[in-house]
Amino acid sequence: MSSNNRKLQYSLAGNEAFHQIMEEDESVFLIGQGVKSPWYVGNTARGLLERFGPERVIDTPVSENAVTGAAVGAAITGMRSVVVHPRMDFMIYALDPIINQAANWYYMNGGKSSVPVVFWSIINRGGEQAAQHSQALHTILAHIPGLKVVMPSTPYDAKGLMISAIRDDNPVVYIDDRWLHNVEGVVPEEIYEVPIGKGAIRRKGNDVTLVGVSFIMCHVLEAAAELAKENIDVEVIDLRTIKPLDKDLVLKSVKKTGRLVVADGGWKTYGLTAEISAFVFEEAFYSIKAPVVRVTLPDSPAPASSVLEKAYYPTTKDIVEAIRRIVKKKPVRR
Amino acid sequence: MKKYSKEFLQKLYRTMLRIRVCEESLVDPILKKEVLCPVHLCSGEEAVAVGVCAALDDKDFVFGNHRSHGHFIAKGGQVKEMVAEIYVKETGCSRGRGGSMHLIDPEKGMLGSAPIVSGTISLAVGAALAFSIRKEKQVSVSFFGDGATNEGVLFECMNLAALRKLPVIFVCENNFYATHMPVAECRPDCNIVDIAKPFNISSVRVDGNNVLDVFEAAKQAVTACREGHGPFFIEAVTYRLRGHVGPDDNIQGLHTDIRPQEEVDIWKKKDPVINFEKQLLDNDILSESEVSKIKKEIDKEIREAHVFADNSSYPKESELNAYVFK
Repeated sequence: MSSNNRKLQYSLAGNEAFHQIMEEDESVFLIGQGVKSPWYVGNTARGLLERFGPERVIDTPVSENAVTGAAVGAAITGMRSVVVHPRMDFMIYALDPIINQAANWYYMNGGKSSVPVVFWSIINRGGEQAAQHSQALHTILAHIPGLKVVMPSTPYDAKGLMISAIRDDNPVVYIDDRWLHNVEGVVPEEIYEVPIGKGAIRRKGNDVTLVGVSFIMCHVLEAAAELAKENIDVEVIDLRTIKPLDKDLVLKSVKKTGRLVVADGGWKTYGLTAEISAFVFEEAFYSIKAPVVRVTLPDSPAPASSVLEKAYYPTTKDIVEAIRRIVKKKPVRR
Repeated sequence: MKKYSKEFLQKLYRTMLRIRVCEESLVDPILKKEVLCPVHLCSGEEAVAVGVCAALDDKDFVFGNHRSHGHFIAKGGQVKEMVAEIYVKETGCSRGRGGSMHLIDPEKGMLGSAPIVSGTISLAVGAALAFSIRKEKQVSVSFFGDGATNEGVLFECMNLAALRKLPVIFVCENNFYATHMPVAECRPDCNIVDIAKPFNISSVRVDGNNVLDVFEAAKQAVTACREGHGPFFIEAVTYRLRGHVGPDDNIQGLHTDIRPQEEVDIWKKKDPVINFEKQLLDNDILSESEVSKIKKEIDKEIREAHVFADNSSYPKESELNAYVFK
């Protein structure tokens, strides 16, 4: 294997995962709207149709419910299905096969039949696309027993989590964000897994624990770097998987720092940040020195106007200010 | 053509031209990134919207899709409010919250549009259900594309509407492409008109580039619905002269428009606006000078709509959550 320092774009890291696992395992196939169109899935499906043919790379009519149900059915009967929804909003038509069927299947059949399917969906927002082209619905899915939900923020994780998701014997929701597609990072050339259910510490610190996932990690890391200039020492956790949650990693950090800020690109009420806050209060209450602060979307549909979009989407500044509210500036050491 | 009044024919022409000029007026602002929201132009498909809406009254309802500028204008929506919405201004028909894909003018019976494929078909059925519960004679129209015929909800809607004899007209604008997918790659049988038959729904296929053919089909559908013999299904065969989104998918660098140039050229010859204009001239319905006067008036109207949009303010940041609940 060549250099371990090879850099790749997020979208191409996911693409490499498909190339390698489809080569390795003939039961893997990709189905969904637009898999042959860069306009839908960016570079993520580049070269797959040419290499693996239309039997295993299937562009479909706009029939989200049927296509997703078919992916579930194929998974039940020996395939490893990946079904893509190029916009998360379009996946709502498919919630029946995802929730009623796939999520419950193994349990309600007494463990006699499992569903190795990946529901891959892309959050695709901004650009004045308004309410039906902007939604991040990860917590709806994470609420459902029987579904695993992964949300990689780096090219390394984009590849490794896709491999793990496909190899997993359970239904896994793999969510990426179009805003991450051009992010570059180191991606090993060989096939590898990133374990589902394990977060990562992106930055060590002692003053406050800052938790994020997916695209908002870009803002989270910027915020931590900015606060470091003020001598505020932020420990940054990238959840990577939001179901099952890596509670141990978060708890260990909060027990050390005593403070928690959670950032999420989804809505606030009943959302990811609510869940993180709740289990921290349940399991680390006596370590907590300050109120938890949440940085999220407001509880509003996505607006079209970019003026409103600017107010709508959380920024680095919002996270910096959230942390300043609970961590006092320390004098800079000389 | 003789059976129609000059006023009526002139109105059809004016409305089609208004849509065309408005659509084409957006090309430059899109390319210059003055318009940022996704815009699905309907140039080439004007005759469907205009023909159908000419058979409706203000109190009849219309629901659209992602490509609904034409439906909005044909139903009598305020052009300047639509243009302002495309520029996401507070004066827009959806107050800058919706953009090009969410157009509404309830007073004119334009009840809304939304880009989830097939997403508003059931809403049109629901409007027809309300008419039927209230024993009103209105009709409801659902405009959708050939791509929507691949969604299960359309078939559920046809069944429900037929079962309850609801006054709803399903109008499929078959432009042969569901975004990048040719209709033949989406359906084993491209006779979309036939999909209504198993539900005992009267259906007809028309030349969607001929406004009078569309009008006659719509009139038949409206009459049937008002007399309690709904629903009705119209397949209007047409073609979009622009890209799926924006002026040209290829210009925008994505090279996703796979339509053969020869095909585009054939359809350019079937341009519904140019051909209707020629028909009106040939039949002495309009003179050259009348046509040029109409063109000037419409150019002015559309220019003014852009000025109105330009002079309008964006929504206020402080009102981000203004319309979450009533």
